[in-house]
Formats: sequence, structure tokens, C-alpha cells
Amino acid sequence: MAEFTLPKNSVVQEGKTYLAAEGVTNVQEVHVYRWDPDTGENPRVDIYNIDLDTCGPMVLDAIIKIKDEIDPTLTFRRSCREGICGSCSMNINGRNTLACTKDIGEIDGPIKIYPLPHLPVVKDIVPDLTHFYAQYTSIKPWIQSTTPPPPDRERLQSKEDRAQLDGLYECILCACCSTSCPSYWWNGDRYLGPAILLQAYRWLADSRDENAGERLDELEDPFKLYRCHTIMNCTETCPKGLNPAKAIAEIKKLLVERKIA
Amino acid sequence: MSSSNRPLSPHLDVYKLPLSAVISIVHRGTGAFLTMGTLVLVWWLMALAGGEEAFMSAQSFMGSFFGRLILFGWSFALFFHLCNGVRHLIWDAGYGFEKDTVEKSSLMVLGAAGFLTFFIWIIAFSFGVGA
Repeated sequence: MAEFTLPKNSVVQEGKTYLAAEGVTNVQEVHVYRWDPDTGENPRVDIYNIDLDTCGPMVLDAIIKIKDEIDPTLTFRRSCREGICGSCSMNINGRNTLACTKDIGEIDGPIKIYPLPHLPVVKDIVPDLTHFYAQYTSIKPWIQSTTPPPPDRERLQSKEDRAQLDGLYECILCACCSTSCPSYWWNGDRYLGPAILLQAYRWLADSRDENAGERLDELEDPFKLYRCHTIMNCTETCPKGLNPAKAIAEIKKLLVERKIA
Repeated sequence: MSSSNRPLSPHLDVYKLPLSAVISIVHRGTGAFLTMGTLVLVWWLMALAGGEEAFMSAQSFMGSFFGRLILFGWSFALFFHLCNGVRHLIWDAGYGFEKDTVEKSSLMVLGAAGFLTFFIWIIAFSFGVGA
């Protein structure tokens, strides 16, 4: 059963406010969710006032600036700073996205930063994605084939077959979509969620894979697949502009086609 | 490191739901509301079978302001659930998943449900139901 409110230990409290340095004119307020596993206190939201004139253009730049100049205890994940690694996924002003590709200029008023929704928090804006990765493993994200590959070259694809993977292979597994999905919030223990289902479809759509039947058997489940109710949060929030909802619909179609064929 | 006391990150409180998500919630809400309406329909039919007195008391309740208010609610719920149900059929066929298409079809569902609701009540009143 879905729990719409946060457990007692997760209720967010008011935190500290860090004022801007004197003489700063272009002030930006940044609200950041904080939780320190060592104190045993509830999470809080700290408010940092930063100087936009000496800050890079993206939300990630603001976060790095806070860590460098104001509060070195602030903990977050980041790596590539160009939207390809998926490390800095977080909830920014109510939507999940990558901090490194989110333009501060697009945000009116304070920047509000939370971890990806409905996940256990490791520290500050770092969530625990262990279960998400385990679900990814469960769909066997690799080519399965009984035909041996040609001895002298790769398994080739026609241009048309390769085009089937467009809009799927670009997924960076940042988990923005899965953690935007209310179905995943309430049933994430068993529902695979949009990111993993898009990946599942990526292997179903691959002309070189020969195990579609077994893959579909695995997915034909009231929870793993059919908790998707086409709420569309996934597609709305994907920072790479992909369409997990459509990929899930394609899986559902394959299952119907298999039944009536 | 202990992981047992980890807090759950905020979800409903902080997530800015897009229109499509709000419509999804309303779809489920109207579905539940319509189930209740079906029970009232059964009650009304039983009153009809129960003779003049029972039928008249059922009629006077449904004709009261409160009765009409919930009838209006049920008619909207019916049309909303119907229109959005058609959208779900189109989705199940694999069409209409692009972001701007979803935005448009969301507004179309709301518009069509509102129009059909008012249309049916205008017809009802023009046939003298309000008299």
C-alpha cells in the first residue's frame, strides 16, 4: 500500500542560512537538502546565498561553488559535467534532471535541490541506487544469442535494424525517470520502473539478440511491467529527451502480439 | 556505515507533477467515484421496483439540490473517465507518446469532458427535467 507521507525520521526540517558575502550584488538563493548520517538528526534544508557573477552557468556549478567556498561538508555525486555520465541526477525545483545540464537562468526565484525522490538517502543529495542497479542486472542487459558470431567479424546489423535502437541506446541510467514515477514510488520493490523497462526494450529491439521470447516471459508480470499506468512523468522529466513511456508501450504491444499471433 | 536509519527522500511534497500526472490521478479518482455511482443506480432501480412510495422518495432525493450536485459530479466523472479511457486505448495502440502530443491530448480530454457534461445537462433541462 502506498504511503503518501514521509516516515518520522525523514521529515525535513529548517536548516541554516548562509548569507552572501558583503558587496555581492547578483545574489542567488540556493536551497539544498542536507542529511548527515553521523548526527542522527532529521534531514534539513540549508539556504546558501551565492554570488552569480562569479558562478558558472549550470546548477552543478552553483553546487560546486558552495562546496568550494561556503560549506565543504556538502556531499553530492558528479563526474562528467556534460550530461553523459548521469551522476549528478537530482530533483531541481520539483523536476528530476541533471544538475550539469540545468541552466540556472531557466529558474525563477530560489534554486531548490533535493535528492532523487523516494529513495534511501546515503548523505545529503546522494541517494542509494543499489536496488535500481539490481533491477537493471535482472533484465540481463547484454546480447543473448545461440548462433555463434562469425569467426572473422562482428555481428553486423542493417542500417534499418540499427535505427531501431535510436532513442534507446542514449539512456545513461541516471534514474531521473524511475524516481519521477509515482508507480515506482509506491511499488518500486517489484515494479521495474521506466529506466529499466526502456533498457529491457532496448534488448528486445536489437536484431542481434535471439532471446526475445524468454525476455518477454520474464516481463509478463503484473508488477514488473504492468504497474505502468502511463502517468508520463518519465517522459516529461528525461534529461536526455528520451521516451520511456513509449518503450514500455512497445513492450506491452509485443506481449499482445505474441498472444494473438 | 549503518544504512538502517537512512531517511526516505521527499517525493509527493517536492515533485512538481505535470498535467498528465494530475489527469492520471483524476482518472483513478473518477473511476472510484463512478463505482459508488453504480451502487446508487442499483439503489434507484430497487426503489423503482419497490413501488410508488419508495420510488417517489428516491426521486425527491435525487431531485434535491444535493442530489443534483452529485449527479452533476457523476456525469462529469463518467465523461472524463470515458474520454481519458479513449486516450488510454490510443496509447495502448502505441500512439501519442510525444511530449507535445501528450500536452495537447490532456487539454482535449479536459475540454471534451467539460463540454459533454454541460451538453448533457443542457439537454436534460431543455427536456423539462428541471421543472
